Amino acid sequence: MPPTAFTPSIPSRPVYPGLVSRGATPALMLADAEGALALADLAASDPAVMDRAHLIYIPAGSDHGARLQALRPAQFHQAPSFATALPRLRKALADAHMGTVLYLAGTEGLIGQGLAEALAAGLPADAIQSEHRGSIARRMQCVHCKGVTEDVTTDPFTCSHCGLTLFVRDHYSRRLAAFQGVCVDAEAPGDIPETQEIRP
Amino acid sequence: MTIRFNDETFRDDYTFHNSPEAVRRFPFPFDHDSYMYSVNIEPHRRGQAGSVFQHRFDVDEHYIAEMRDREITLKDDPLRCQSLPHMELAGWDFLELVMTCKAEDYPDLFSLTRDGDRWHWINRPLGIDQRFTFLDATTLPCGPMEYITRQTQGDHALLDQREGNLWMDAGMITSQADWSLDFDIGMNFFEWHAPVPKAAEMGVFQRALKFLLNLQQGAPVRRLNWTMTVNPRLDTSPENYHKWGPEKRTLTPETVGAKQYLRVELQTLWRLPRSNAVAFPIRCYLCALEDIVTVPKWGRRLHRVLRDLPEELATYKGFSVNRPMIVDYLSKFDDGAPTSPGIFPDP
Repeated sequence: MPPTAFTPSIPSRPVYPGLVSRGATPALMLADAEGALALADLAASDPAVMDRAHLIYIPAGSDHGARLQALRPAQFHQAPSFATALPRLRKALADAHMGTVLYLAGTEGLIGQGLAEALAAGLPADAIQSEHRGSIARRMQCVHCKGVTEDVTTDPFTCSHCGLTLFVRDHYSRRLAAFQGVCVDAEAPGDIPETQEIRP
Repeated sequence: MTIRFNDETFRDDYTFHNSPEAVRRFPFPFDHDSYMYSVNIEPHRRGQAGSVFQHRFDVDEHYIAEMRDREITLKDDPLRCQSLPHMELAGWDFLELVMTCKAEDYPDLFSLTRDGDRWHWINRPLGIDQRFTFLDATTLPCGPMEYITRQTQGDHALLDQREGNLWMDAGMITSQADWSLDFDIGMNFFEWHAPVPKAAEMGVFQRALKFLLNLQQGAPVRRLNWTMTVNPRLDTSPENYHKWGPEKRTLTPETVGAKQYLRVELQTLWRLPRSNAVAFPIRCYLCALEDIVTVPKWGRRLHRVLRDLPEELATYKGFSVNRPMIVDYLSKFDDGAPTSPGIFPDP
C-alpha cells in the first residue's frame, strides 16, 4: 500500500510529506497498521536508520509486527492500542536527547496524537516526520459535547458520545489531534443528507 | 455624557433594542455599494464625538446587559475563556491597557489609581471596587485576562508572536460568529482562518499577517467585519449551534425586518508592551434591518450589497437560506438613488 495522495484542502488540514532517513541518529518510531510499510520502506532506503531506533507499533488489526522486528530496531514494542502505547511514548519523549528524530507513520489519528504528544514534550517541529498509510478514517471532535469519535469513515456520522449527527469538516486542531464535527441538521432537525464515504 | 444602560436580554425573550442614538452611531460596515474581502485595516484613530470610534474601547447602552449575558454563557461553558500557560503576562498587559483607556476616556464610569504595583480599580456601572497587586494573579478573583474581559464588551483574543506568525493562545470568546475558541486555541494565523473561503487565494491573510507582525505599541489599528444573525443573539457559537440553529429558519416576510440583524464586528489590534503579544478585541454591534433602513443611505446600500454578494460568501456567513427574503425586504427601501461615499449617514 503506497503513501496516501490527499486532495488539496484548507490550510489547517495537515499534510504528511513522507519519511526520509536522517541516518543512524537516536530515533523514535511510532506506527499503526499499514504505517509499518512506511517504516519498512524507510529502512530499505537506509538500514542504518534502525540502529538507534525505538520502535512502537500498534497493529490495529493488521499483522506487520514480525516484519518490523526483522528490521532490527534497537528497541521494539508492540502495543494493543494507542492508549496502551502512550505511557511508554511519553517516557521515551521525556528521555529523548537533543537531535532525536520522531518518525510517525499510519493513520491520521495516530500521526496527529503522536505529533501533539511530541510537541507538548518540547520536541521541535522540524524533528518530526510523518507519512500517511492505510485507512483514511478520521479522528473527529464533536464541537458540541467535545467528545472524540475515532475511526470516522462516513460523512455525516453519529457522535459516539452525545448522539448528534455531525458533518465532517476539514478544519483541524493540532492540539486536539482531531477534525471538527458539527451538527448537520441544526437548522432543520431531522433533515440529514445521505451518508457518504469519506474520500482522501 | 452619561449613558443610560438598557435592561435587555440577548437570548430567550430577546428584549435587546437600540435607542435612536444607538442606531445613528451603528458602525455600518459598507463604504460603497458592493463587498469583497480586502485587508481593510486603518489606524484606530479617535473618531467624531458620539461615534463608536470616539473612544479606544467603546462603552454603550448595552454594556451591563452584555456583561450579564457573558456571565450566563461562561457559567454554562467555562471553556469559552481559556489562556495557555505562557499567556498570563499578556493578560496583565491587556488589563492595564483596558483599565487605563477606560479610566481616561470615561472618568465618570471608571477610575484607576496606581501606587507602584498597588492598584485600585473602580467600575461604577458594574459596581466593582477592586484593590489588587499588578502582576500578582493571586490578588484577583480570576486570571487577569478573564478579570478584565468580564468587564469589557466584545470578544477578546490574545495572540502570541513567534516564528514569524501569530498564535491564538488565549481568549474570552462568548459572542462569536460561529467559531470555537476551544477548537482554535493554539492555532496560528493561517490555521484559524483556514475555513474562510476565497480570502486565502486572494493573498489577504499573507498581507494582513505581514502587517500585523509589525504592529507598533501606541499605534492600534482597526477593521470592520460583518455577518447576519437572526435574533439579537450574542452566543452564536458552534458549541450551541444545534440550539440556536433552528431560529434561523423562523423568519417570515412579516418578521424579517424585526428579527434579522446585521451583525458588525469592530475589530481592533493592539501591540502589548511586556509580552509583545497582540490584543485582538472583536466588538459586536447588532442592528435590526428595520432600524438600518431608518437611515436611507444604509437601506439602499445594504440592499445592493446583499443582492450582489457572491453565493460562496453568503453561504460562509450562514444566511444563504434567508437571502431572498432579506433582499426582497430591503428592495422596498432602495429607490435606485446614488449613495454618498463612506459609512456614515448623510447629514
